[in-house]
Amino acid sequence: MPADSLFRALVPAQKNLQIEFEGASLSVPAGVSLASALLLSGITHTRESAVSGRPGAPYCMMGVCFECLVEVDGQANCQACLLPVRAGMRVRRQRGAREFLAGDHVEAGADE
Amino acid sequence: MQKTDVVIVGGGLVGLSIAYGLAMLGRQVSVLDEGDDALRAARGNFGLLWVQGKGYGMSPYAQWTRESVALWPRFAAALQADTGIDLHLRQPGGFQLCLSDKEMAEESRRLLWLREAMDGDYPFELLDAAQLRTRLPGLGPTVLGGCYSPMDGHVNPLKLLRSLYAACRMRGVTIINGQRVSAIGQRASGFELLTGQQRWFAGQVVLAAGLGNRELGAQLGMDVPVSPNRGQILVTERLKPFLHYPTTYVRQTDEGTVQLGDSHESTGFDDGTSSEVMSTIARRAVQCFPQLGNVRLVRAWGALRVMSADGFPIYEASQACPGAFVVSCHSGVTLAAIHALRLAPWIGGEFDEPAVAPFSLQRFSLKREVRHAG
Repeated sequence: MPADSLFRALVPAQKNLQIEFEGASLSVPAGVSLASALLLSGITHTRESAVSGRPGAPYCMMGVCFECLVEVDGQANCQACLLPVRAGMRVRRQRGAREFLAGDHVEAGADE
Repeated sequence: MQKTDVVIVGGGLVGLSIAYGLAMLGRQVSVLDEGDDALRAARGNFGLLWVQGKGYGMSPYAQWTRESVALWPRFAAALQADTGIDLHLRQPGGFQLCLSDKEMAEESRRLLWLREAMDGDYPFELLDAAQLRTRLPGLGPTVLGGCYSPMDGHVNPLKLLRSLYAACRMRGVTIINGQRVSAIGQRASGFELLTGQQRWFAGQVVLAAGLGNRELGAQLGMDVPVSPNRGQILVTERLKPFLHYPTTYVRQTDEGTVQLGDSHESTGFDDGTSSEVMSTIARRAVQCFPQLGNVRLVRAWGALRVMSADGFPIYEASQACPGAFVVSCHSGVTLAAIHALRLAPWIGGEFDEPAVAPFSLQRFSLKREVRHAG
């Protein structure tokens, strides 16, 4: 995939930490955004559009395009490019729109 | 010098609806649009096709609005046939939610007046809190009641503007952006307009320039009393569908976001935002649907709507400059259908349209005379 070759860290990581993406454990550099951490791990499918279902991945990296939406520790629609990566984050793809009213049990663990 | 049958000044929802209507009649139309630094009332719209409560104190406006929403399905179908764009038109009725007894009393009074003025043909229901809750899941305990009217609906206003652009172009309308009209003058057989270094000539000119109509109208000897009314809008992250009806404070769009709004301020030409008004809008939305308190807002903005001196539309065929028309209104979405299908044919001289007479500028000068006499 193109992102594998194009997205590289400028400097080697001083320290790594563990997060989870779709149930799989990833070792990522500390001190970067969650979006960077996912891209550095070669992950290029982080959400499915609420409008069309089209797969997407982090794009603008500055909080504008909303392509990097993920679910973090049960909290839907988090912008991964604006979140510093934290040890133990449980991250899932944002699939479509957030559940609301019906079955809206998403608050546990949301703290950012 | 570029010549055309009709020049429309303003490429917003109002100007393009008229352009579309005229193009369907085979007229050669050019639209001069200012540019993205223009004030653009469309930015402040909420996507409502709203009838209930409109025309209080002026029943022809209530009638005109109703006729427009009745034309909307045909209008949307024509646009979709031309462009393939689904505007997501939905007309399930709409709710005005009331958070105080005073608000409920005021809304009821207006609707009852309108029903009377429309000879009883004005469907709505006044609902208490319990009745409302059965129709709108998730409603908060501080909503005291509300009004429902089956006449109301909503549409995706961004797709509307996009489809009007596409449909107009498809039907041969020339839309030119970045053209701020600096001067208009009447000539022997039409009108000459200046934009920067370019000159335009047309047999007819339609001013649909929003707040710009005041200045442009003055150049043709017309006093167009419009002024800016600021509205602020907040929009949320995308949520699974939960609100299947439009309400005046909260509307869920077809793509999942929720618009929160309905503020009215006189701030001159300042189209910014203020934390005080944004927090009022957010608080009111959370009162309506408490679970919105846990939802992220992704954007907020302000926009200047166009308000005439009495709040009603202005449709003027100039007596002094035959061929010059002024169109100013607050409800560019609700009225888009009737602007395309009835106002444009009237402007194009296809037939007489008695329904527009009450909206002429004359009403403002008549009022002034009465005031002087009193």
